[in-house]
Amino acid sequence: MNNILNEIGIENYIFLSVLLFCIGVFGVLYRRNAIIVFMSIEIMLNAVNLLFVAFSTYHQDAEGQVFVFFSMAVAAAEVAVGLAILVSVFRNLGSIDIDNLKNLKG
Amino acid sequence: MNTLIAISGLGVFCLIAEIFNLRKLLVPVAVLGLVAILGLTVSEFHTPNTFYNNMIVVDKFSVAFSSLFIVLTIFLVALSGDFYKDHPSKLSDFLAIKIFLLAGAVAMVSFGNLSMFFLGIEVLSISLYVLAASRRLDIKSNEAGMKYFLLGSFASGIILFGICLIYGATGYFDIAEIKDLSSGAGIPVWFPIGITLMIIGMLFKIAAAPFHFWAPDVYEGSPTMTTATMSTLVKVVAMATLYKVLSGMTTSLTLTFEMVIVVISILSMTVGNIMALRQNNVKRMLAFSGISHAGFMLMAILSLSTAAGTLLYYTAAYALAGIASFAVIIYVTRNKDNEDTLNFNGLGKTHPLLAAVLTASLLSMAGIPIFAGFFAKFMLFSQTIQAGYLVVVIAGVVNSIISIGYYFKLILAMYTKEAAEEKQAVPFVYYFVAVTAILLNILMGLYPSLVINLLN
Repeated sequence: MNNILNEIGIENYIFLSVLLFCIGVFGVLYRRNAIIVFMSIEIMLNAVNLLFVAFSTYHQDAEGQVFVFFSMAVAAAEVAVGLAILVSVFRNLGSIDIDNLKNLKG
Repeated sequence: MNTLIAISGLGVFCLIAEIFNLRKLLVPVAVLGLVAILGLTVSEFHTPNTFYNNMIVVDKFSVAFSSLFIVLTIFLVALSGDFYKDHPSKLSDFLAIKIFLLAGAVAMVSFGNLSMFFLGIEVLSISLYVLAASRRLDIKSNEAGMKYFLLGSFASGIILFGICLIYGATGYFDIAEIKDLSSGAGIPVWFPIGITLMIIGMLFKIAAAPFHFWAPDVYEGSPTMTTATMSTLVKVVAMATLYKVLSGMTTSLTLTFEMVIVVISILSMTVGNIMALRQNNVKRMLAFSGISHAGFMLMAILSLSTAAGTLLYYTAAYALAGIASFAVIIYVTRNKDNEDTLNFNGLGKTHPLLAAVLTASLLSMAGIPIFAGFFAKFMLFSQTIQAGYLVVVIAGVVNSIISIGYYFKLILAMYTKEAAEEKQAVPFVYYFVAVTAILLNILMGLYPSLVINLLN
């Protein structure tokens, strides 16, 4: 495992994670469908999880992998709440396009 | 540590009480439990300790701020009984969520390890998403919950990425180890990037400009009780956490970083105050007022090593005034579908005590003497001048003057306009919470050294 990391180099893992993270960020900023925005947030979190595991191997330290468990559990809890909110929005509006959420402004 | 366990236990108790049909006892028992936990927390003040391999660090900072959070939660829980009386079957859920939120808040100021920090911030945020969207048939509440959820989890993702880069640079999650390594030479460039990302995420949570755009919408759309929680408890928690993150992980801030804080602080104060001037909705106005107060609180970061006492004083003054004003706002707007200033017309004649408390709390937020808000601003300003940032203080003074404009708009509406409604009997708990909170605020104003010396 360590050899693979040496051959590929930790930088490439960082580049890959940053790329995935940016895909997630742009998804959140540009997509208007709430489910796709949720998926983009998941991509952001999973990009970080990937980097945690890579760093964990790089440092020969298991703490990073344990942290991934925490962040996965938290992400699951977050999405459960998010989907519940989404369902109540859909029941009231009949759509999940976040451009329809325009009642509050001023 | 005992605080955190006791709070979680109380939250679980609130959920179980529903099964045994103890609904009537729920609010008194929760308040008594929180008072007992407050005593337990204060007793730990002089015995700093660490638990579970440095996961939780109990020191003066964490005990002082935890006690403040518990006091605020006692007020919020006391108000819940009347606020949710139309939904008696959901009372235990709301109380349990509020108490779990408090557990997250306590974890956020007493962490010694970044994983505890992350779990704390997520427990707090997820509870708030639920509370913001809790009025499920109301489209405004749905919208507020959705917006808060999307931006909150976006910010959480950024914080998580920051934690990851810090871990990559140092190999530790323990903040004491990170602090040791941070001053050494040869630390990879990921480290400052990680710190920056974490701070951007925290600025989202405290709603400082330019990361404030979600706050007015979310504050306006959420149920008023949730708005009260967000603008008092959560703002204070996020600010204390930002302070702890910075003072815990870095030995000294670079000049560039301090300049960034200066800009954000001035921007928050100005944007918040200018936008608040043209609001008619009271919750929206207080949201912008909260943004400008976030700007004031950020000044504490400019004198990082010495400002803990001042920050505690400022946050306590702001949050107590906020609780007092929201107790009145919740009462006045409880049967209305909006929170416009019109609803407050003539409050001075129909309910003189409530109007007096609201006036006092707004004056405290504006920074008028004898209320704690004045001394809080005064000490923050003098500390910032000593740190050498006169320009922020000038901006702060100008903004305090601007802020009087919109606070007085509400005060004038209460005393000069004619009331549209008849006088009604007010439940005792509103008087109790409003008067106690404002008395605590005045007490702090009369004896500032009581609070300020706790952490110095």
